[in-house]
Amino acid sequence: MNWNFIIFSVIKIAIVVGVVQGMVAYAVLAERKISAWIQDRVGPNRAAPPFVKAIPGLGPVLIRLGLFQPLADGLKFMLKEDFTPAGVRKVYFWLAPAIAVIPSMLVIAVIPFGSQIGHQQMVISDLNVGILYTFGIVSLGVYGIVLAGYAANSKYPFLGGIRSSAQMISYEISMGMSVIPVLLIVGNLNLSQIIGWQSQHGWLALYSPVSFIIFLVASFAETNRLPFDLPEAETELVGGYHTEYSSMKFALFFLAEYSNMIASAAMMVTLFFGGWTLPFWGLDHPAGNLGMGIAHILVFLVKMLLFVVLFIWVRWMFPRFRYDQLMDLGWRKFVPLALVNILVTAIVLWAKS
Amino acid sequence: MSNTATTETKPAAPAIEKIKVKVDGRELEVPKLMPDWQGKLVPTTMIQACELAKTDVPHYCYHPKLPVAGNCRMCLVEFGTPALGPDRKPVINPDGTPKIAKSPRPAIACATPISPGMEIYTQTPGVKQMREGVLEFLLINHPLDCPICDQAGECKLQEYSVDYGQSASRFVEPKVHKPKAVDLGPRIVLDDERCILCTRCIRFTKDIAGDDALGIVNRGSYNTLTAYPGKVFDNNYTLNTVDICPVGALTSKDFRFQMRVWFLKETKSICTSCATGCNIIVGSREEKVYRYTPRENDAVNACWMCDHGRLNYKWIGRADRLAEVRRQTSEGRSEKTTWTVALNEIAEKLKKAPHGSVAIVASARQTNEEFWLLKKLADKFGALTDSIGYFGEGDKLLLNVDRTPNRTGARLIGICQANVGIKMMVIADSIKVGKVKTLIVFGEDVTKSSLDAELLGKLDTLIVSDILPNETTKRAHYLLPGCAHVEKRGTFTNIKGRVQKFMKAVEAPGDARPEWEFLHDLVYNVTGQDGFLTIEGLFNEMAKDVPAFNGLTWAGLGDTGVTVPT
Amino acid sequence: MIVNRKPLTLAERLYLPAIVGGFRVTIRHALRSLFGGKTVTMEYPEQKWAVPPDYRGAPYLVKDQDGHTKCVSCQLCEFVCPPKAIKIIPPGPAGELADRPNAEKMPHEFEINFLRCIYCGLCQEVCPEEAIFLLKDYSLTGLSREEMVYGKEKLLALGGVHGGIQKWKHKLEEAKEQENFPVKV
Repeated sequence: MNWNFIIFSVIKIAIVVGVVQGMVAYAVLAERKISAWIQDRVGPNRAAPPFVKAIPGLGPVLIRLGLFQPLADGLKFMLKEDFTPAGVRKVYFWLAPAIAVIPSMLVIAVIPFGSQIGHQQMVISDLNVGILYTFGIVSLGVYGIVLAGYAANSKYPFLGGIRSSAQMISYEISMGMSVIPVLLIVGNLNLSQIIGWQSQHGWLALYSPVSFIIFLVASFAETNRLPFDLPEAETELVGGYHTEYSSMKFALFFLAEYSNMIASAAMMVTLFFGGWTLPFWGLDHPAGNLGMGIAHILVFLVKMLLFVVLFIWVRWMFPRFRYDQLMDLGWRKFVPLALVNILVTAIVLWAKS
Repeated sequence: MSNTATTETKPAAPAIEKIKVKVDGRELEVPKLMPDWQGKLVPTTMIQACELAKTDVPHYCYHPKLPVAGNCRMCLVEFGTPALGPDRKPVINPDGTPKIAKSPRPAIACATPISPGMEIYTQTPGVKQMREGVLEFLLINHPLDCPICDQAGECKLQEYSVDYGQSASRFVEPKVHKPKAVDLGPRIVLDDERCILCTRCIRFTKDIAGDDALGIVNRGSYNTLTAYPGKVFDNNYTLNTVDICPVGALTSKDFRFQMRVWFLKETKSICTSCATGCNIIVGSREEKVYRYTPRENDAVNACWMCDHGRLNYKWIGRADRLAEVRRQTSEGRSEKTTWTVALNEIAEKLKKAPHGSVAIVASARQTNEEFWLLKKLADKFGALTDSIGYFGEGDKLLLNVDRTPNRTGARLIGICQANVGIKMMVIADSIKVGKVKTLIVFGEDVTKSSLDAELLGKLDTLIVSDILPNETTKRAHYLLPGCAHVEKRGTFTNIKGRVQKFMKAVEAPGDARPEWEFLHDLVYNVTGQDGFLTIEGLFNEMAKDVPAFNGLTWAGLGDTGVTVPT
Repeated sequence: MIVNRKPLTLAERLYLPAIVGGFRVTIRHALRSLFGGKTVTMEYPEQKWAVPPDYRGAPYLVKDQDGHTKCVSCQLCEFVCPPKAIKIIPPGPAGELADRPNAEKMPHEFEINFLRCIYCGLCQEVCPEEAIFLLKDYSLTGLSREEMVYGKEKLLALGGVHGGIQKWKHKLEEAKEQENFPVKV
């Protein structure tokens, strides 16, 4: 334990959490803008802080883009009445949003978002069992939702909670199994090592495309995004598990959903698309100077944002699955497929050696 | 069975022969003679027979309590009588029924007596046409000002226009314009354009009120109702003409433009302005009383009531109504309190009071039930009780000399003697010598009678319940806000011994509670006797206890009451 | 009737054509609204909706051709109003007469609570004097509940002049011709 480690870790945690929170806010804006464009609308274009209005030329453009909408949204969440309905189970009711949001933040800890700046690894914790840690933490996320559904003491949240627990547990299996071929190929559980392997051999999405597809679909299901948003299906369940929540507690669920989305995007980039590496311009080996270090971080962010946009885009593309279709896809298609995928990869690797 | 109440006090009339008539094909038996407006037995008319047959015959000028005029022609009906052959015997149809000779001309149902075997037709196309024709004539000069007419909603012209009127007028010539908003008297405004000349008001004023003041002048279309020159229409019964006016010609200055009648909630009640106890309907909306109108009760007031009683309602909604329970603290300051606190404290004080140290002054405006509860308190303490009488000038029609609604009830229950107020001097003397230390006053300003402010100052405890503030309420140690009669239920006994009940029309202001409710609580606190928490139960209990009321029940009183021997 | 599900083809079961189709449709719309400027949004305060001629907006009191109050306080609208949004205080016997000849009365106070009003138009339909009309105002706002209760003066000011039937004018002219009553021959 040395002071250097503690200080740099605290700095990294602060920056990463801050960036993720900011990305969540702007992911919401992106969600609203992209949905608007897809639906031939304009989207948020009114939030106008007074000082921005005064900027000649640029001000109106920024306002038109809705860049200040997240600020207004956040402020509104703070000012709303934090209402606790009568008849809720109070302790769980207050606990659930926290339990939902904490795991989504913790996942980011093991993801290498850059190579290195100076001697600092651009990862909060370079864990040897990074993938196991990730799956362990992600599976905790379901508790927040189930608890919220239970604590609200109301029909719709309860149904939402039930659906969500069944769905998340089902897809965790195929998600977990989809990653095993990656581990077989790389032979390591450390995420930095996986990226290192990819910088030498090429992206794993090319080696194991089936794994990537299963992982992609499963992460849609894990993050409760359309077409798998059954836990909060508005048309059926009012608001799903967060029906009875308001104000900041509701905002925490929102935060959890979007941070989950960002974490999933980061995981996919790390596991299948080479993390912070690019196979050209010498970006495929750890940075020797500050410029390259920052370039690596930017590469990672751009890759991740592309996936976030994909998440958002898909939401406005497809209708929601029926519950039986959802379970059918999870258990009868993806689980066997993942098992076959493991077997084939193992056989190929055995044959090669 | 001298104590048993009798429902009607009519002398046993000799049996009246019944005759058979048919109304719209339905046969029924009708008495040959029926009482007219004066109560004299005269041959039954067709309109009375139709009423017995529950067939509605439209009419304007006919009124069961007024002489028949027969000038509106709205009640025209067709009829037939059994045909007589040359042998002066009824002709029989082949099927055995008597042959009916249909009258070639219609007749006015209000003035045509029936005869045996008569058939009356009220629904034929001819009758319908006649009604339409009459109505069209009536509407020729009638203004279309229903939106500003106070009668709208209870207007016969409107009602029959719906049934028999035409949607558009065929009359294109200018209407005859007559005087509008004529000031007929201190309480009546006349709109001559609306008048349909039925003369109900003229007949009422001349024959019932006995003040021949109204008449019709000019001829033809220019017929105009007016007061005789130099005469003011100001007798005590003028407002009845507003009730009987089938249209909006006569309107009450008091109720004019106050509220549309269809908003008014109608509550059966009793007038409290004199001992006659006229049956009334209280018209109220949103806790505000707008008017009294008479309710038919042939044993008391027929269809009428006097202007004096009719206009005596404005104090009910006064802003200075007592609405708080108050008590005087030991420092002599008046403070607001709650019913529970006040009633418990009063009960404690009363329990400690020695026998004979309590006096009760009740009001002859209270209900029988309240008297009975007060009597229970009085019996417990051996209290002196009395009431205060109010007397004015009476008249021969309805207004009684006694201006309190329930002195008879107070006497029958034993609160006061036939000579009301005779014990007030005794109470005053007892206070003066210090024998009476607690005085309970209900609804009276005793400082205006023999108990002046100085005497009240000598009391240990002065418990006052009233509706409006006065000198006595200012000095009360405990002030209990009560209810006006339209804010509670109960019964009054009128001067002739008729026990009549009245219903609640509006909510009492603030904390005010019906007197019988808190008296019941007080009696229970003091004596431990439990009665009934409903007015029905309380009345039935009282009827068992008070000899004069034996055999009565709340339900048995009906809407028009029961007369008991006084 | 039972509609049997059509068995899905292999392609449909793989969802792939649907996925591709989804991307194509959404990106087409996104590009069109981003660069073609073809959006369906009406940007409200700047762009306003063309109110159709028979639109039922807020009910206001109107004045007659001479600028007098048409309402005679008959209270039929108060009676018919389903949400009880209208409250009229009649003039009473001592109250003000109508501000036009012959009509005898007008409301002492006339209030419409626009928080309650449901814009059904029954008041307009029932009014025998054609004194209340549903005009085209649709965006009524206020900062307090009291502010949303419009009084007589405000309703009359918002309503404007409406000729319509001139029953009282006709009546007055007729009566003037018969000034000397009874008619002397």
